[in-house]
Amino acid sequence: MRDLFPILIFSLLVMFGYAGFVTFGIPLIVPAPPPVEEKLSGDITMEQYVAIGDKIFHGKGTCTLCHNTTGHRAPILEMASSDGEPVGVRAAERIKDPRYQGEAMNGEEYLHESLVDPSAFVVAGYGKTGTNDTVSPMPSVNKGAIGLSDVEMGAVIAYLQSAAGVDITVALPTGEAPADDGEEEEVTVAANAQEAFDKFGCSACHMHPLIDEGGDIGPDLGKVGATAGSRVIGLTAEQFIAQSIIKPNAVIAEGFDADTMPDDFAESMTVSELNMLVDAVLHPDKKPDQEPDSTEGE
Amino acid sequence: MLGKKKIKTSLFRAVFVLLAFFLFANVASVGSVAKFFDHKAYAQEESADGGEEAAAPAEEAVDDNVWKPIAPPVLEAKDYPVISGVNSRIAVWIVAQLHLFFGAFVLAVPIFVWVIELIGVMTKDPRYDHMAHEFMKVAMTGFSLSASFGGLLTMLLIVLYPQFMEYMVSVFGKVMIIYALMFFAESFFVYTYYYGWDRMTAGGNKKLHLFLGLGVNAAGLVIMLLANSWTAFMMAPAGLGDNGAFLGDTWAAIAGPLWGPLNLHRFIANIAYGGSITAAYAAYKVLTTKDAREKAHYDWMGYTSFFVTMAGLLPLPFAGYWLTKEIYGYSQQMGITLMGGVFAWLFIIQAVLIGALFLSSNYYLWCSLGRTNGGDRYSFMIAPIGTVILIAFLMWFTPHTLIMSAGELAQIGDAHHPVLGFFGVMAAKNTAVNILLLATFCSFQIFSRANKKAVGDGFWQKNGTAVQTGLYIAAATNIIALGVYSYFIPAAVRIGLSVPQVCTTLVVLVGGTIIDVLMFKGSREVGEMKWGNMPVRSQYALFLLAVSFTWLMGLMGYVRSGIRQHWHVYTVFRDNSVNAFTPTLPFAANMVTLIVIIFVALVLFMFWMPILASKKKKDPAALEEEPALETGN
Repeated sequence: MRDLFPILIFSLLVMFGYAGFVTFGIPLIVPAPPPVEEKLSGDITMEQYVAIGDKIFHGKGTCTLCHNTTGHRAPILEMASSDGEPVGVRAAERIKDPRYQGEAMNGEEYLHESLVDPSAFVVAGYGKTGTNDTVSPMPSVNKGAIGLSDVEMGAVIAYLQSAAGVDITVALPTGEAPADDGEEEEVTVAANAQEAFDKFGCSACHMHPLIDEGGDIGPDLGKVGATAGSRVIGLTAEQFIAQSIIKPNAVIAEGFDADTMPDDFAESMTVSELNMLVDAVLHPDKKPDQEPDSTEGE
Repeated sequence: MLGKKKIKTSLFRAVFVLLAFFLFANVASVGSVAKFFDHKAYAQEESADGGEEAAAPAEEAVDDNVWKPIAPPVLEAKDYPVISGVNSRIAVWIVAQLHLFFGAFVLAVPIFVWVIELIGVMTKDPRYDHMAHEFMKVAMTGFSLSASFGGLLTMLLIVLYPQFMEYMVSVFGKVMIIYALMFFAESFFVYTYYYGWDRMTAGGNKKLHLFLGLGVNAAGLVIMLLANSWTAFMMAPAGLGDNGAFLGDTWAAIAGPLWGPLNLHRFIANIAYGGSITAAYAAYKVLTTKDAREKAHYDWMGYTSFFVTMAGLLPLPFAGYWLTKEIYGYSQQMGITLMGGVFAWLFIIQAVLIGALFLSSNYYLWCSLGRTNGGDRYSFMIAPIGTVILIAFLMWFTPHTLIMSAGELAQIGDAHHPVLGFFGVMAAKNTAVNILLLATFCSFQIFSRANKKAVGDGFWQKNGTAVQTGLYIAAATNIIALGVYSYFIPAAVRIGLSVPQVCTTLVVLVGGTIIDVLMFKGSREVGEMKWGNMPVRSQYALFLLAVSFTWLMGLMGYVRSGIRQHWHVYTVFRDNSVNAFTPTLPFAANMVTLIVIIFVALVLFMFWMPILASKKKKDPAALEEEPALETGN
């Protein structure tokens, strides 16, 4: 047994060395929790519908796994890029392409078709290897691991149209509104980031130059913007902050607890409010009157 | 007496032939599964496009007494049984991984035992036979441990995940019965192979013994292939209708898109892994034995095990590439989750571990030059090879995106380091890993020729080294040039360049070996090998190899299972248990460490068994009969 002792110590040191490296040597990334189906009714505004589409696009839909500027395995959809205008703009042009074999008659139908039958039109250079761009590597998002409902796909289309700045043509979902207590709550949209901070109660836990008296239960929002772009591979600073607001448990900053921040802002926050908050976190020294114009009504 | 003996032998052979017949009939039935597995009972009519029609009878059947294939149920957290104080996933994780560790070991060892025994028969050198027997002795306890953990795993799955098991049985029921039957076949072959070793060797029945060894490996291989089909099915299900219910063609479910690459990857990894564990056993014996002759024997055993490890380790990355390529081919979403999602950092950890494997392997080889007369002729190459390996390792290890503080970010001005950032992409990593393989193969080549001198005036004897040197230079130039070129082309094209890089490395591995054979045909030895004359630290390199390999296997098991995310069976059967989330890397690392500690404790028990058995049976006369290895004393 005496002979074994140094061998055992050596083996344990090797193992603990590896475990220590993983624990302390690499950044902690908390995988997103399993997605749940969005429960939607007809009693939502288009802004909320777009916000839900944003959430699905960056979460359950797993769209950004490929549609991102880092790996660029699929065309960029939300913004203008080397692939052209945002997809909300170029969708209407696709159906005029001589290679187009689908049945869509307009941009919205094209986007829907792209979600359920991605091979109907494959953008040049993005097809499966050896198929001459006739077969898309993208799965049908209404099936398999993603399994979006029609309403969820509608939300994604609304989000893509909103991001492109074109008219949102997709219809709001119809269906039973959730039971309420009979009192109509008036929804007011924050005019700037300061109002948004107040409206969503951010000051209870966070500090920021626009917040008079903040708390320290959550990270200092005046500082997180500096490192936001390098926190998660594949997410830009804007995407990371947006994710942190909409899905606060996706990545927990060191020293803070999970499940503390509400995770339902996607339902209650408009896209313009989200954009203002992201911008304020990224540029903490910007004055409220320098906020970009609200995108309401687009 | 002789007559009785002959009758016994004939009887034994007859029984053996019958059993072998049944075994191979089973194997053959797996091969021609179309008929055997055709579930006519619930596939009412054959249809070319199967899907909906074949699934329909399951819904339309009016006879409730006929078993029907089930669609995966939609479960809720409350549907999963709970044993108080037991986390279901962690319990299954630990037991499954331990089962895999021992399973991999006992499937691998008989393969190289058989090869070593065959070498012994062909060279008529009893030392090979003795060593092969001892390897088998070490593995025997492993069979029991593997089976015990397999039984426990089955029970845990039935108790904790009954709906999942019901579904898997609905698809693989027949395969599971064949799987269990194969254990009878393997037990028969293993016990007759092991316990009949001395008698058959002494009685001149070596061919029969080798045939039994072949049976062990055939049974083991079928067991591995069948078990792999379940794992591959869970990752990439096949043979199912739209509702996820089994369509009736078991072969379609077995031979899913990932079955082939998973089989190859596991087969090669098992061999490398089995070699590393027996190398650790030999290293332990080298360190603890006082007898010079025994020390020499175990040093030789350690070297042989190391050779086996290397034989598996060198082609392993290529099998890994194929598996990953097929994962991408099956589901780009799954592929990106693996390489670019939450598991992306895991491959930096993998690089560290594989780096440790290659560094320890090379270090052992360099130490081995010291026990080789003539080795000093090549010691000048250690420093340059070591430098190349270190640079390649660091390039492989460099992450693309760095995690920095705000100050560091402002200083660098980007998340990517202006210089090191270039090493973080696949273009650099593919180049680095191929150069790492070339350097390791070079270490191996200089060791294998250290005590040899080419004799004769033939072309290869005179020019072999020059041709090999040219081959290395050309290959390294090609690999680096392709790597640099790939920075300037689109990502989709870039990934394709890894193929010619890999092919270049394979040309050196195969070409270098062929030239060695031609060059050293009829060579003379510069001096004898001084077996047992190895520094203590070289044996620790073998321990590092075994521990790193085991830990790496555990980690890769986590990611292989993890890329299914919240699915029991990917895209078909959702995991809705409270444990459906993907655990973080640090949590997985601590779990793997815990499992490896348990494994190491059990391996010590496994190593202790043959020592315990040999304490009473030591036969000095037998040792005297065996030609001694040259020792360093």
